[in-house]
Amino acid sequence: MAQVVRLAAVDKTYAVRTRAGRVRRRRREVRAVSDVSFTIESGEMVGYVGPNGAGKSTTIKMITGILTPSAGRIEVLGLTPTVDRRRLTRRIGVVFGQRSQLWWDLPLIDSFELLHHVYRTERARHDANLAAFTERLDLGGFLDVPVRQLSLGQRMRGELTAALLHDPALVVLDEPTIGLDVVSKYAVREFLSETNRERGTTVLLTTHDLDDVEHLCRRMLIIDRGRVLLDGAVDRFKAEHGNDRTLVVDLESAAEPLPLRTGQVLRTDGPRQWIRFDRRRTSAAAVIAEVTAAGAVRDLAIEEPDIEELIRRIYASRTEGSPGDGVGL
Amino acid sequence: MADGLRVYRLMVAAKIRSAWQYRTSFVMFLFAQATITSLEFVTILLLFDVVPDLGGWDRREVALLYGLATLPFAASDLIISPVERLSVHVRAGTFDRFLLRPASSLLQICAMEFELRRIGKLLPAVAVLWWAMAGVDVDWTPSSVGLLVLALTSGTVIYSALWIATASLSFWIVATQEATNAVTYGGQFANEYPLHLYPGWIRAVLGWIVPLAFVAYVPAVALLDAPNPLALPDDLVYASIPVAAATLVVSLRLWSLGIRHYQSTGS
Ligand SMILES: Nc1ncnc2c1ncn2[C@@H]1O[C@H](COP(=O)(O)OP(=O)(O)OP(=O)(O)O)[C@@H](O)[C@H]1O
Ligand SMILES: [Mg+2]
Repeated sequence: MAQVVRLAAVDKTYAVRTRAGRVRRRRREVRAVSDVSFTIESGEMVGYVGPNGAGKSTTIKMITGILTPSAGRIEVLGLTPTVDRRRLTRRIGVVFGQRSQLWWDLPLIDSFELLHHVYRTERARHDANLAAFTERLDLGGFLDVPVRQLSLGQRMRGELTAALLHDPALVVLDEPTIGLDVVSKYAVREFLSETNRERGTTVLLTTHDLDDVEHLCRRMLIIDRGRVLLDGAVDRFKAEHGNDRTLVVDLESAAEPLPLRTGQVLRTDGPRQWIRFDRRRTSAAAVIAEVTAAGAVRDLAIEEPDIEELIRRIYASRTEGSPGDGVGL
Repeated sequence: MADGLRVYRLMVAAKIRSAWQYRTSFVMFLFAQATITSLEFVTILLLFDVVPDLGGWDRREVALLYGLATLPFAASDLIISPVERLSVHVRAGTFDRFLLRPASSLLQICAMEFELRRIGKLLPAVAVLWWAMAGVDVDWTPSSVGLLVLALTSGTVIYSALWIATASLSFWIVATQEATNAVTYGGQFANEYPLHLYPGWIRAVLGWIVPLAFVAYVPAVALLDAPNPLALPDDLVYASIPVAAATLVVSLRLWSLGIRHYQSTGS
């Protein structure tokens, strides 16, 4: 299968000017991405996850040709993004969750019409794609509404359409589900996996939400502080790291950490206690039973580990496994 | 190229449709722009009530100079000066979107920031040039009209290059619009008076650094039989073509270098 994206030892440093004195400014360098290498094959759907400031958006901007890498090589669909940027734009679709690509004051349909001319897509193909996307994403009700009046969920469906109307071979999405409710998130996910399945579009997306990755991607890359921490199958990762759950209980009154066999109290805060358990070894019901036996419970909730927690565990397991074999921090 | 122009036209039309919602302010600004430009010229006319000539040039001759300077300026102001909004887009990181589409980023920003009300500067400029041409002592033969067209065209290119070059600076520095406007508007203002009235260092700047002398003064000297204390040869007007081409190439080069330097924003 053909390689769609290839990064080889890519670095990105930003020059930041900070005030040093009244007029003087000091130039400082911020290294956002260091030594990142990976390849994505045609037809893959890859999740690119990491905490805030990890370097996800920076990587995406280099892949799409917005930013020039400070070192290393990038190839996308056989092109070098910064050199062949305009040629590349015809073959990729880009969605930035935080930023609109649409014409703010005009009806949604006008943006699509303009993009048809900007990308010089064939009329028939444009119309067919637009009809298909309108049905899939249920755009019919707001095609004539100015973009600024759309809800976030509606606008995001518009952004997806705008990014895919020219049949790109690769779509890159930076936090496409940010701020969306469960229903809209579901719609976005469904649409992306259908597009991937039916059109063979390669998908690379960044997210904070591990749920997105679980539902969409077979493969994920975890990035932290500019470095790739892990690159592998989502299933395997989940089997290794995804089985811990946290039971959060609110007791009637503040108490010592509960002595439990099924789980372990991580921390307490007044009447609230966080209890970790491994769902392979014990069921949530067993933990809850033991907790209610030990003290009067007012409320409880079960939490899945979030990305920050998972990264902490990856570091922990690596340093345990082979001391000195750090991850380059 | 033809495709680029069509995309430009469609995007400009889209911008005009968006701005249509604010049409009251549109009319007011249009009127203000036309008035300001007209008043500038009235000021020059009033000067002639006090002095008989400006550096040996009479009313109509100065008016021709004024028209040669103002018409290209108004044209570039309408079409290219929207690029000055680059500084805002660089600071907000919204320049990203122009890089993600197959059309030229320069063309896109000029279309997205297009303001129809700037057309208000064009009308008085045309009127003054017309009035000057009617009264000035020039035979309007095909060759002199040709010279005039050459001057207006290269003048528009030179001003446009100036807008592009000054806007490009915001890729490197937090250039405020005011600072860069000093070069464009300031240069335009200087161009409205005969060059030989200025001290040597200003003449050097306008001749060699920001070559605005080639927009109006050099063609005016070639067309008119007015005093020429700097003894510029009439044929110098043909240098406007290479000068315009060179400034355009330099400014476009700055633009593409700037894009490589663009850092976007973190959020
Ligand atoms: N334009 C910029 N100028 C200077 N520093 C930047 C710029 N963009 C990002 N950074 C810095 O680079 C690092 C990586 O930022 P980046 O936006 O790539 O992270 P991210 O993984 O997308 O984070 P988030 O999840 O918060 O969006 C951060 O430390 C950030 O402050
Ligand atoms: Mg980001």
